[in-house]
Amino acid sequence: MSWITKTFTSSIGRKIIMSLTGLFLCTFLVVHLIGNLQLFKHDGGAAFNTYSHFMGTNPIIRTIEWGLVLGFGFHIYEALMLTRRNKAARGSQGYVSNHSEQNSEWTSRNMGILGTIILIFLLVHLYNFFWRARFAGDLPRMGGADPLTRDYDNLYLAVVSSFHIWWYVLLYVAAQISLGYHLWHGFRSGFQTLGLNHRKYTPIIKYVGYAFAVVVSAGFASMPLYFFLFTNADGELAANAPALLQSVAAAF
Amino acid sequence: MAGSNPNAKPMNLTLKVWRQPNRQAQGKIVEYQVKDISPDMSFLEMLDVLNEDLLHAGQDPVAFDHDCREGICGSCDLFINGRSHGPEKGTTTCQLHMRKFSDGDTITIEPWRANAFPVNKDLSVDRSAFDRIIQAGGYVSVNTGGAPDGNEIPVPKEIADRAFEAATCIGCGACVAACKNASAMLFVSAKVSQLALLPQGQVERKTRVENMVAQMDKEGFGACTNIGSCAAECPVGISLENIAILNREFLAAKAASNNLA
Ligand code: HEM
Ligand code: SF4
Ligand code: FES
Repeated sequence: MSWITKTFTSSIGRKIIMSLTGLFLCTFLVVHLIGNLQLFKHDGGAAFNTYSHFMGTNPIIRTIEWGLVLGFGFHIYEALMLTRRNKAARGSQGYVSNHSEQNSEWTSRNMGILGTIILIFLLVHLYNFFWRARFAGDLPRMGGADPLTRDYDNLYLAVVSSFHIWWYVLLYVAAQISLGYHLWHGFRSGFQTLGLNHRKYTPIIKYVGYAFAVVVSAGFASMPLYFFLFTNADGELAANAPALLQSVAAAF
Repeated sequence: MAGSNPNAKPMNLTLKVWRQPNRQAQGKIVEYQVKDISPDMSFLEMLDVLNEDLLHAGQDPVAFDHDCREGICGSCDLFINGRSHGPEKGTTTCQLHMRKFSDGDTITIEPWRANAFPVNKDLSVDRSAFDRIIQAGGYVSVNTGGAPDGNEIPVPKEIADRAFEAATCIGCGACVAACKNASAMLFVSAKVSQLALLPQGQVERKTRVENMVAQMDKEGFGACTNIGSCAAECPVGISLENIAILNREFLAAKAASNNLA
């Protein structure tokens, strides 16, 4: 084995890959979240469709997309390898009595479970909005067709009708809660793994991480909840929606 | 038979103790009663009482590890009621006192668990994996000769203090026992950062961290997920900052050392 493979198959080397990919995925979440905020624009989906069309066709974005595939791929692969190593290290005979809740946070001990829920969501999400919508030509069958305007490629409408399926909304929200907890621990953990621990910055990183986890997961979860609870099948705000929402929607 | 504290009432306790005749045998929890335990006794003295009772009854006493009984050697190693070294923070098992428990309590006592720490007998575990990690690089090679003058090698006070804090690790293994991943990184990081901070440690700095991490992996310890159970249970308060230093040292060494293997 060369020194390079030795470095990246060692326990610390794998952790470094885990944290670099994890933090890279965090930057992806920011871009994805800001883009998706177009859904809230009160324009019948025009802004969102422009944005998604740009993301789906721009050659630079399409190239970066491969980086994203690699990022997820390595993150998940290393998660598997590290979990396997750690399970073996713990040994077959467990403790009869173990009170780890008295010495650590639940999220930090359950990154694998949280990640697996995110992965299941990711597969469903990609199947729908990446594969079916972009490649399989299934968009009209997902509700992405507007017979009035003869627009059969309307991703906004497909999103809105998906967000009226209760189990899809439930899966979406559950995954965002998992993502929130994953990031609650993961954000600061990623910095610690890279050796970036300093008494001046570590407390700041910790609270920025908490805020990041809440804002990102609540931001993503707000979309399916908004459409499911307050809009009709075209994404129009229902007449009986709370007055506050009515005035906010009118402003955008 | 209450001790020095006039208000201390002797206690009766139920103990659930892990019994295992040898390395290969299957172990199990066995229940014992101990009576008239003084709250001023240490946890190990309480086990001495149990063992006397067992000897009088013609039974095999419970094997457990201990040496100094002063909190400095790191030999004692019990997992008490689901915590390394029991419920009290910053304390070794030998310094844990029975006043932390109440009359009538049931106390579960288990050995450290980790694949790299096999159980020898009952509560006694083999921690020679730690010795082999230290042998892989946790030392400085110096030529013997005339002792150098004090202050000949200047070390700033702040650096000396941080190195000393890391040097307080007593090698007990509570960190491994508490960790979900049975990771030894707190232990390894304490030694690596102690020696990386000091001028004497510079000569072997890169090779040390490479070899110690390689040995740690070879012994089958897990990889840190920054849970923090280790630092929370460490009897001398080794901090997680050391693990960050370890990772930095490791990366820097891998990038710049002359070792191709
Ligand atoms: C958008 C999705 C995701 C983001 C932003 C993300 C982010 C992160 C971050 C920042 C860390 C901390 C790295 C470290 O401790 O050094 C982490 C750890 C982890 N992630 Fe993810 N992750 C995502 C998806 C996933 C998925 C799909 C899985 C599993 C299939 C997963 C499994 C894990 C595990 C097991 C850890 C802990 C591993 C360790 O610390 O050694 N993650 N993640
Ligand atoms: S780091 Fe703390 S818990 Fe781990 S071996 Fe050293 S003294 Fe014991
Ligand atoms: S017996 Fe030496 S530290 Fe407990």
